[in-house]
Amino acid sequence: MSVIDILTALYFRVLNVWPDQPKHPDRDRFVLSKGHTACALYVTLAKRGFIPEEEISTFLQPHSRLNGHPNCNKVPGVETNTGPLGHGLPVAVGMAKAAKLSGAGYHTYVVTGDGEMQEGSNWEAIMAAAQFKLDNLTLIIDHNRFQQGAALAETNDLAPLRPKLEAFGWEVTEIDGNNMGEIVPALERRGSGPHCIVAHTNKGHGISFMQDRVEWHHKVPSKEQYEIALAELSEAL
Amino acid sequence: MNAPVNPPKLHDCRDAFASTLEQLAAENEMIVAVCNDSVGSSKLGGFKAKFGERLVNVGIAEQNMVGVGAGLANGGRLPFVCGAAPFLTGRSLEQIKADISYSNANVKLVGISSGMAYGELGPTHHSIEDFAWTRVLPNLPVIAPCDRIETAAAVAWAATYSGPCFLRLSRVGVPDLLPEGHRFELGKANLLRQGSDVTLIANGTLTHRIVKAAEILAERGIDARVLNLATVRPIDEEAIIAAARETGAIVTAEEHSIFGGLGSAVAEVVVDNAPVPMKRLGVPGVYAPTGSAEFLLDEYGMSPSAIADAAQALIKRK
Repeated sequence: MSVIDILTALYFRVLNVWPDQPKHPDRDRFVLSKGHTACALYVTLAKRGFIPEEEISTFLQPHSRLNGHPNCNKVPGVETNTGPLGHGLPVAVGMAKAAKLSGAGYHTYVVTGDGEMQEGSNWEAIMAAAQFKLDNLTLIIDHNRFQQGAALAETNDLAPLRPKLEAFGWEVTEIDGNNMGEIVPALERRGSGPHCIVAHTNKGHGISFMQDRVEWHHKVPSKEQYEIALAELSEAL
Repeated sequence: MNAPVNPPKLHDCRDAFASTLEQLAAENEMIVAVCNDSVGSSKLGGFKAKFGERLVNVGIAEQNMVGVGAGLANGGRLPFVCGAAPFLTGRSLEQIKADISYSNANVKLVGISSGMAYGELGPTHHSIEDFAWTRVLPNLPVIAPCDRIETAAAVAWAATYSGPCFLRLSRVGVPDLLPEGHRFELGKANLLRQGSDVTLIANGTLTHRIVKAAEILAERGIDARVLNLATVRPIDEEAIIAAARETGAIVTAEEHSIFGGLGSAVAEVVVDNAPVPMKRLGVPGVYAPTGSAEFLLDEYGMSPSAIADAAQALIKRK
């Protein structure tokens, strides 16, 4: 839930993508490194026309192509398989580097979780992106302050993220990651090197019983909870 | 007095890899090389001089290197990702699984200095687990060429193959074995010697040793078939089943642990299709002591004469 506003901004305002030509060479690349939020991606891809909306109900069902983590060989619009954490950013660096080598104009975006930044492979990629001066790469860290088991602060506290990224040579923007007015300009920002958006978000944003509750990291609501959540979100609109 | 015999010229397969890659890169501008600071050990100096930015050096960061390779392929490039085999495979195995094999990314992984090539440097640098780690992954052909000619042929094949693969190369000099102009065929064993008493199977540097073992066996009146099995996956089931049925005994020899490598792969085919006695020669599930590659292979019973002895003992079990 914390990432849905970012996905909406990407797919409906920022990304140059063509659902009828998901492999178009000029498409912007988007990598959902926090693959466990695949459901949010599938819903966004469906709303944008990459997959039929009716298919969302097959999520996690036997033989559904909508796995718990996205599969690029089954689902149009998915660029690389993610699931294990710390994979998406290195792949995104390669995508951005490929564009630099060939002079292609596409931009590469990657979303990681804040807990995911504990994976060392991300910092390898962060170093490489700065070295390669990848001004065509935007990393969005979904900083919802919680990981699977507990709060980030209680586990391996990477916050504050900004000075760490800046020390590695990145440009950094901090935003309210659930505020469209801040998300879109940050995604459209271009600089002289790789850009990181530290998106301060809330898990279960806008749903009273879910928001910032670690037990909702990966949990399916009951029918009654779903109805309450929908009512609360509708009221906010 | 015997006339002096000139020893055969030895070739480092890395040179064949590098020169072939440079030739291909001159013809195909999509080809890029990716490395982990291993410009020298992967022999990529010439590539860098010729193609500049098309050498993507990520520094000492193998996980990132493999991920970057996948991303470059997504962006339309044809990456050859090169690094010392123990680190390319061991350090970044999950990247090889998720980013390359499962994503079916068109990335060519090139493991340099595999097996016991870094013998003196100790077990951290021995790459005797890489067949086991890689051959279990779908979509990923695993290939260990035996000489300069097969290396060049496999690199040329990899550039035209649509999909990932793992090329396992050595740095130990070996003489030419296959004929000039040899074409690499994925999943196809090369019959180097016809025989009916026993079959010797190997790849990489060990192929040279089983050829010599077969010569020793011939002197002892034993007729050994010799197969060079560069492709560990997909494996040449037909050649292995024929060898089992027609010779009744199979010896494998590999610069790898006997667990999960070439011998295991051959045994899987034999057990399922035509069970016959087998002997798997390799490193017997231990961390090897220090020593040159040659010393270590001899130490673990893979001198040509020891391979011949193993074959002779196996024949008695038929």
